[in-house]
Amino acid sequence: MSELSVKHLLGIKYLKEKDIQLIFETADHFKEVINRSIKKVPSLRDITIANIFFESSTRTKLSFELAEKRLSADVLNFSAAQSSVKKGETLIDTVNNILSMKVDMVVMRHPSPGAGIFLSKHVNASIVNAGDGAHEHPTQALLDSYSIREKLGDVSGKNVVIVGDILHSRVALSNIFALKLQGANVKVCGPRTLLPKYIESLGIEVETNLIKALNWCDVANMLRIQNERLDISYFPTTREYTQQYGVNKVILDNLDKEIVIMHPGPINRGVEITSDVADSKQSIILNQVENGVAIRMAVIYLLASKIK
Amino acid sequence: MSQKVLLSSKEINIILHRLACQLLERHLDFTETALIGLQPRGVFVAERLSKILKEDYGVNRIDLGFLDITFYRDDFRRGDKTLEASSTNIDFLVEGKKVVLIDDVLYTGRSIRAALTAIQSFGRPREIELLTLIDRRFSRHLPIQPNYRGRQVDAINEEKVKVMWKENDGKDIIYLISK
Repeated sequence: MSELSVKHLLGIKYLKEKDIQLIFETADHFKEVINRSIKKVPSLRDITIANIFFESSTRTKLSFELAEKRLSADVLNFSAAQSSVKKGETLIDTVNNILSMKVDMVVMRHPSPGAGIFLSKHVNASIVNAGDGAHEHPTQALLDSYSIREKLGDVSGKNVVIVGDILHSRVALSNIFALKLQGANVKVCGPRTLLPKYIESLGIEVETNLIKALNWCDVANMLRIQNERLDISYFPTTREYTQQYGVNKVILDNLDKEIVIMHPGPINRGVEITSDVADSKQSIILNQVENGVAIRMAVIYLLASKIK
Repeated sequence: MSQKVLLSSKEINIILHRLACQLLERHLDFTETALIGLQPRGVFVAERLSKILKEDYGVNRIDLGFLDITFYRDDFRRGDKTLEASSTNIDFLVEGKKVVLIDDVLYTGRSIRAALTAIQSFGRPREIELLTLIDRRFSRHLPIQPNYRGRQVDAINEEKVKVMWKENDGKDIIYLISK
């Protein structure tokens, strides 16, 4: 097994367990590369990649761009805010125009769920989904699992709770798929209004009591409230949410065991976690960011090797 | 398919000792030298040489590293398969050092070309030499020659040189395989 089973990375749902293992093994090598004094390898020098972002992003965009540059690919950056999309151009037209400039791979973030899947059926390029609405964010889930594997040795058999706004979170869905595929036990925790109605059908459990959830888990992945996607009021006030579902140092120190704290960012300090939790030695938030570059290098390298 | 023994275990041992002596003659106490085995198969040669130098010739300390050249190869996307990487492990600086690249079989020279690029990521060596156990002369694609060679072989392109090691394959033996 030395090849991905897919041509695009549209979601974790389309991956097999051995794909994830191959991505992790490849990321191990790239992690070594990016810790050298010269952090660049020439593998993708004849590949051009367009980063097309229809939605704002800091971490993911920088991480992808850095990963691409460290692989020596040529990089085009495009944000919808300053583009012809504003003038009424369709998604396929926009992307086909970019591809006419001989682009081999497209990394896309889009507010509509399924945008990447749609695109992969209509254009001739390798597509990497960098987040499509509330659907999936596969590279985030891969780097989250990779960070758990790095910290705890293995993902299989570990108890992971995802806390917060599950309903609007693509990170949650991708993480659930990835963790289940690797044999972890998964619970979600949050106010009922922010949990999708049939979430249990994914083979996971719901726990609405934060302390119980934290005492059960090895890893807590804390999600932010996606205020930009809250169309109606899902909880009375942010303050009340924090009282019920925010993790502070007192809660953390009173647990039965030492758990690992993760966060995909951006953090709303003082809402889902307090600063002393985010910056504690139990937090691997900045490791996640570092691993993000290695994971994205691995994904791009493995997908690019299938471009003929 | 037929295979003949190119070198027996005893012959390999004699050759490794000779190569160790040649290295010793030029590098003396190895304080300024780094041995770099190329992944995956050059590692075995490098480990053996390091062991012989330490145990039989009293060299105290040798900087021994392993270099993976996968990401520097020039045939990315040109074959059917994804190129699979191995690990790199160089926990010392190569800046200013005399580096000896070590591989089992020198064939087209393309791996060595990639290794020459890859090693630059770890600093600027004072000089770089090449040691190879088997040198398949007349099959080079690039102007690359070894400084130290175990055995020269005139193998045609259809033939394959298979190097086996006790640590990995149960015994030390080198075959020439023809289809």
